[in-house]
Amino acid sequence: MSYSDQVINHYDSPRNVGSFPKDEPGVGTGIVGAPECGDVMKLQIKVDEQTGVIADAKFKTFGCGSAIASSSLATEWLKGKTLDEALAIKNTDIVRELALPPVKIHCSVLAEDAIRKAIGDYQRKAQPGQES
Amino acid sequence: MIYLDNHATTPVDPRVLEAMLPYFTEHFGNPASRNHAFGWAAEEAVEKARVQIARLIGARDERGEPSGKEIIYTSGATESINLALKGVAELYHEKGKHLITTAIEHKATLDTCAHLERHGFEVTYLPVDRFGLVDVEAFKAALRPDTILASVIHGNNEIGTLQDVSALGELCRANGTLFHVDAAQTVGKVPLDVNAMKIDLLSISGHKIYGPKGVGALYVRRKNPRVRLAPLIHGGGHERGMRSGTLNVTGIVGLGKACAIAEAELDAEIKRLTDLRDRLYRQITEALDEVYLNGHPTCRLPGNLNMSFAFVEGESLMMGMKGIAVSSGSACTSASLEPSYVLRALGIGDDLAHTSIRFGIGRFNTEAEIDETARVVIEQVRRLRDMSPLYEMHKDGIDLTTVKWQAH
Repeated sequence: MSYSDQVINHYDSPRNVGSFPKDEPGVGTGIVGAPECGDVMKLQIKVDEQTGVIADAKFKTFGCGSAIASSSLATEWLKGKTLDEALAIKNTDIVRELALPPVKIHCSVLAEDAIRKAIGDYQRKAQPGQES
Repeated sequence: MIYLDNHATTPVDPRVLEAMLPYFTEHFGNPASRNHAFGWAAEEAVEKARVQIARLIGARDERGEPSGKEIIYTSGATESINLALKGVAELYHEKGKHLITTAIEHKATLDTCAHLERHGFEVTYLPVDRFGLVDVEAFKAALRPDTILASVIHGNNEIGTLQDVSALGELCRANGTLFHVDAAQTVGKVPLDVNAMKIDLLSISGHKIYGPKGVGALYVRRKNPRVRLAPLIHGGGHERGMRSGTLNVTGIVGLGKACAIAEAELDAEIKRLTDLRDRLYRQITEALDEVYLNGHPTCRLPGNLNMSFAFVEGESLMMGMKGIAVSSGSACTSASLEPSYVLRALGIGDDLAHTSIRFGIGRFNTEAEIDETARVVIEQVRRLRDMSPLYEMHKDGIDLTTVKWQAH
């Protein structure tokens, strides 16, 4: 199987690799997947608490090239979006943008999941005292 | 490009190709044509190849001469394995319906065994230890009076572990059980002697030994014991009735020549490949932490190195090794999304199986290629670990086995 140019581009030059301290204010962290399944994504957002806009995003991924590309693309798309806009990102958008073959669709699902988990984590931390 | 996938297939040696060429155009006859020179030339060529193959595997007649009569030509090792297993099952089922094999066989054997199970045979799949070795005592215990055949892979195609076929052959002979060895990876790579090892059937592939694809052979013992086989393919009664069909003369000439070259160069090549393999292993392990050898440290194919690079998924590593052809036990490289069943059989966790890479070093690889491969692997593993959340957690002292993952 050959990779699309988009996947190769993100794999060769991944955007926004790195980590924020988990406990820093404004940071939301989503970790999805499992080592036994061959995919673990960690996706983090940093929200500007004045505007409610995602000011920065970072990722680290253990997984195939398509998983790395999906999470790299997700961080690119997240920056500058409000949380509602971010929640509107669908795995099918990622599939389309990266031209993922059917066997790699789960990589995009994982990325969508990581976005939701990161936002959920941020929201939980932003509203102290409330358990989700 | 650097080709390090020599367990999958090998290029045809130019000397093999040269030997084959006249048989496409000049000597194109059918070996079964007994009444003219075209047929005679072709027949002479396929008989010469039989002897070349017999010599390499130590098949000898009562006078100690290479015994070409014990070689049956096939389309490849998959057909040879099918013929050995189904052919024995069909003719010996009245004696018993039990077979023994191992958990780390090639699919050609496992799928054929599954087929036989659907037809009333019972198959024992022996486990292997963490190095991939079958326990000889467990093998002995599995042999029963109704065990008609045992089939064992000599050198495993993924992890390279070499079984002690002499010991297993001895046990089979004592039990009156026929012994088939899948030697697709070992013929011409390590010493083989069907008599010393008490092997009754042995499967051979052309394209794994710098010969052409689409040709193989099955060694079938003729004496002590004489092995009988029911054919898979009927029509014309070629190959002592065990495999009909006009012989693939060019392929057979290539297979014979490939065997002759392998025999002449065997000792020197074992040393050279072992040195290259150890060089690659040394360079990688000196530069990287958390890398693991899969398979046996010493009882292994000279050209095989299989390693797990913890925290780096195998497919992504291969993607970074641009210009270098290897393969991985990772699920992501297969349609099934299951990691390698061979690594699983060794007790290697799925997490490490996903990070495995198989380097298959062959005749045409050079020291410079090995050094370049080590350099690229080290560079890419470091790059991908910087990108890996698992490596980050590991460095933070988190025990990954205690983490509650949210698997899909």
